[in-house]
This record gives sequence, C-alpha cells and structure tokens, in this order.
Amino acid sequence: MRAMVYRGPYRIRVEEKDRPVVEHPNDAIVRVTRAAICGSDLHLYHGLMPDTRVGTTFGHEFIGVVDEVGPSVQSLKAGDRVMVPFNIFCGSCFFCARGLYSNCHNVNPNATAVGGIYGYSHTTGGYDGGQAEYVRVPFADVGPSLIPDWLADDDAVLLTDALATGYFGAQLGDIKEGDVVVVFGAGPVGLYAAKSSWLMGAGRVIVVDHLDYRLKKAAEFAHAEIINFAEYDDIVVHLKKITDHLGADVVIDAVGAEADGNLLQHVTSAKLKLQGGSAVALNWAIDSVRKGGTVSVMGAYGPIFNAVKFGDALNKGLTLRMNQAPVKRQWPRLFEHVKNGYLKPSDIVTHRIPLEHIAEAYHIFSSKLDGCIKPLIVPTES
Amino acid sequence: MAYTSEKPKLPESIDELRARIPGWGADLDPKDRPSVPREIYDPGATGAHWDFPERQPEKWPRERSIEHAFLTPVFGTSCPPKGLSGVIRKYAYRRFSEARAAHWLLLIAADRVDVAESRITGLLRGRPDNVIAQTGVRSELTHRGLSSRLRDRRVDVVHQPLDAVIAMAPYAVAAGVAYSVIKKRRKR
Repeated sequence: MRAMVYRGPYRIRVEEKDRPVVEHPNDAIVRVTRAAICGSDLHLYHGLMPDTRVGTTFGHEFIGVVDEVGPSVQSLKAGDRVMVPFNIFCGSCFFCARGLYSNCHNVNPNATAVGGIYGYSHTTGGYDGGQAEYVRVPFADVGPSLIPDWLADDDAVLLTDALATGYFGAQLGDIKEGDVVVVFGAGPVGLYAAKSSWLMGAGRVIVVDHLDYRLKKAAEFAHAEIINFAEYDDIVVHLKKITDHLGADVVIDAVGAEADGNLLQHVTSAKLKLQGGSAVALNWAIDSVRKGGTVSVMGAYGPIFNAVKFGDALNKGLTLRMNQAPVKRQWPRLFEHVKNGYLKPSDIVTHRIPLEHIAEAYHIFSSKLDGCIKPLIVPTES
Repeated sequence: MAYTSEKPKLPESIDELRARIPGWGADLDPKDRPSVPREIYDPGATGAHWDFPERQPEKWPRERSIEHAFLTPVFGTSCPPKGLSGVIRKYAYRRFSEARAAHWLLLIAADRVDVAESRITGLLRGRPDNVIAQTGVRSELTHRGLSSRLRDRRVDVVHQPLDAVIAMAPYAVAAGVAYSVIKKRRKR
C-alpha cells in the first residue's frame, strides 16, 4: 500500500509499505477514505516530539471503510463506513471506565503520562497513522463508530479530532452565560473552540493570532472579534484595556508548542528542541485571564520541561484545565449540533490534496502558504 | 470595571447574541455538557467486552516505560528499534523514567542518529533521499510562496529560514566531518 513516511525533520515521502495486519483479536483494518493533517502533526514534522522514528506514518485524523476485522470484533464488519477517534483506548482500564478515554493505560507501553494516539510517535505508543491507504485500528469494538448516513466525509473526518478538541476546549473553560472568552490561535482548533464558546453562552469571544487570513476566517466562521497581536507592542496590555482592565473570564490556548510572538521561546523550543514547546500563548493566557479565571489548554506540548509563568497562575488563583480530548464522548452532542446547522466542520477546509503529494501539503500547512487553514488528504487506492 | 464590584457590561445583550449567533446557548447549562462531570464511572458504556484485554503477541522485546508494571496488552509495532539509534532508545527506556530529563533528551538524540543512519542506509539501498521532493518545497512556486509571506504582518517569517538549516543539518554535519577527515589526512 502507499503510505506517508517520515524521513527526518521537515522531510517526508510516500512509500510502498506492507498493508497492516490484524495483530490482536479486536483489531480492524480500515481502508482510509479521507485523512487530515493536524496542527499537532507539524510538531512531529518539525522533529519536536521525542521518539519520532524514521519510517513512521503520521495521521491521527482519518475515516474509512472497514476492510477486515479480528475474530473478537462484534460491532463492525467489512464494508462499514467508520470514523475513528484519534485516541486509541481499551474501554476497560481504570481511566476508560471513568470516561477518560484519552488517558487509557492499556495501549501505550512507551509512556504512562499520555495515552495511545495513531501516528504520533512512539511516545504515544508507536502506532502507524492514517495518512496511508490502510491503517490498523485497535479495539474496534470500542473506538470507531459508524458514520451516520447524513454526515459527509469531509465533515466526519474533522470530528475525529479538530472539532471534538475545540469543543472540548470550550467545555474545559467552564464558560458561563455572559463570560468573556479569549482564544489564542485561529487555526482549526481555535476556530472550533471560538464557535463552541457561543454554544456555551459566551457573551464575547475574541480570537488572537498573527495571520490576517485566519483572523478573517475567525470573524466569518466563528463570529468572533479579532486581534492581530503583531499590531501591538504588548498583547496582554491590549487585552486588559478592552476588558475594562479585568481580563477575560476564560482563555483558551489553541496554539501549543510552536507558538510565535517571542523569538527566544520559539527558537529554543520549535527549532532547537530545548523545551517541550514554546509557551508564549500559554503565558499570554495566564497573564490575560482575570484573577480567579480559567485557562483551558488545548494546544499540544511535548513531554519535556517548558518555561511557563507558573507563579502568575498561582498568584491569580487560576484554574488551569487541560487534557487530550476524549473524542468519542463528544460525538453524540456534536452530531446534534452539526445536524441542527450550528456547526459545519468542513467550512474551514482550504485544501484537498492527494496522498502522493503529501510532502507539498505539509510544506504548505507548515509555512502557512496559500491561505491554508485545514488540508485534507485523499488517499488513492492501489 | 476591575476596581469596582460590578461586571463590565457586554457590548451586545444576550438577546442580540441569541439572534445573531446560530445555536447560541445550546449548551448553556454547565452540567449538561458531554465531558461534565469529568469522571463518570460507567465501564459498560465503552463497548469493551473484557475486564482486561487479551494480550497482543510480543514479536520482539518491546521497549516500555519503567513506570508501567508490565508491557501493555496492546501496542504499536511500527519501526522496531535498530542500529545505534535503537541502542540509545532501548537504554533510555530501560534506565530512566518519564520523570527524568535524561529519558527525553536521549530519545531526542536517538531521533537525530536515526535520521543520519537512515540517510546512509537509503543511499546504500539505492533509494537516496530527494531533498526537493521530500521537503515539498516545490509548493513555494505553485502555492503563492512569496505573496503568502508578504501579504500579512506575519511574525514567523523572521525564523522560517532556520527551517531550511534544520532540514539540511545532517548534510552539513556530514560535510563537516568529511572536511575535517580530509584535512587531517592531508596534514599527514
């Protein structure tokens, strides 16, 4: 089969690889019909995530058709059209039994601090991902769901991570009616988090980024006020000014490890890999939220130490909330919102690129060329 | 404002927001949201029909965190450790827990060794790495590389040239090593 393969920082190619096989009785093999590149894939692409091995296939956002199932699979059969959450989870460990699907303890031997994720380095279990023609899906009776007939492929694939994560981020903000919400980052997760904040009753939603084309999308898609931080000497002071010097009730960090806005932070983390990520957006979040407010962290960070302003968080009495999204828990409600027309996930898709050209797709997305917000990958069957 | 007790007035009333934003307030009740409460004990809700999953066969000694009691029943089988990078990775897992910086720094070092090893083996197997194709840099010409950077007030343009340096680092290191070897031999 054809599959995207990592060759080192900033370098990938499409190779012929063995089709995955059933390795556990509850595995399924899924033929991928649509995949996406996630902003967090760029952390791998840039060589920021420890134990990213040459030869790994990335991709944790994908949907497809079941091609084969293991002997113990009861809920799926060959030919079923399925969406697969980015979390790999067993459904029976201490954490899964309590709904913490993203924190499963039975799927990632390489680390206890993070669960299993498709195509996201050996730090999350060493699974190949879905930017390929076929992918192995463990615990087929637990993770995947049948795609409702009314849901289009381009919408379904975005429910496997980006939309679910943005929506989860708004929930972690504990938004109450009339709250002022600031979202750092106008990428896919930030756009969905901003849009979801209104569903939870926000009174004001402000999106901050440095890319005008993405901010324009935030205004159109998420009905948000927009701020380009590059126009201000100190974005925190500006946010204080426009919130009556109180600060926002809730701030969502939808940027993560490669945040811009402080060259030293960015270069020491994203380029030199001396930190688990550039904490610029997180530090801005801590400083621009009001005392007693909530910071929701949805941006992904690596496992190494970060230069985070923890003292400010303590002195302000903040609630810091974060986790990888337990995707499948969000689906029933998100299906309702999509069906009701409150959310149209594929509105943010800007590029659809064949698997054979995935190296270009990564470069376009990474370098923010051509107004790129969300690229989808369309595999071709061999 | 912050110096008095009342909350600042919103620019739009709740009624105006409800009229303007599709679905405003659909999830207004904080208790009626999918991830609230965070933990709900309901092992029957997941579809799992086992108390502990059957174990996947271990085809090679699978590296694992020493914070785990045992090898997890299911695991990924992509890219088994090999070569010098594999030795470093196995040592990092065997010797240091996730709590130790040495664990992660060794894994990052192994990643760089892995890249160098793969460049050499790719060459020896007749499938050398193609820098132009693999970096996708051709899209600079087809997807508005220059105008995308000049159009907005982007702050990332300052450090983007470093990306090329990182992508080419293995070649730069190899060239440096080759140069120093040749220089030493000439001196002799």
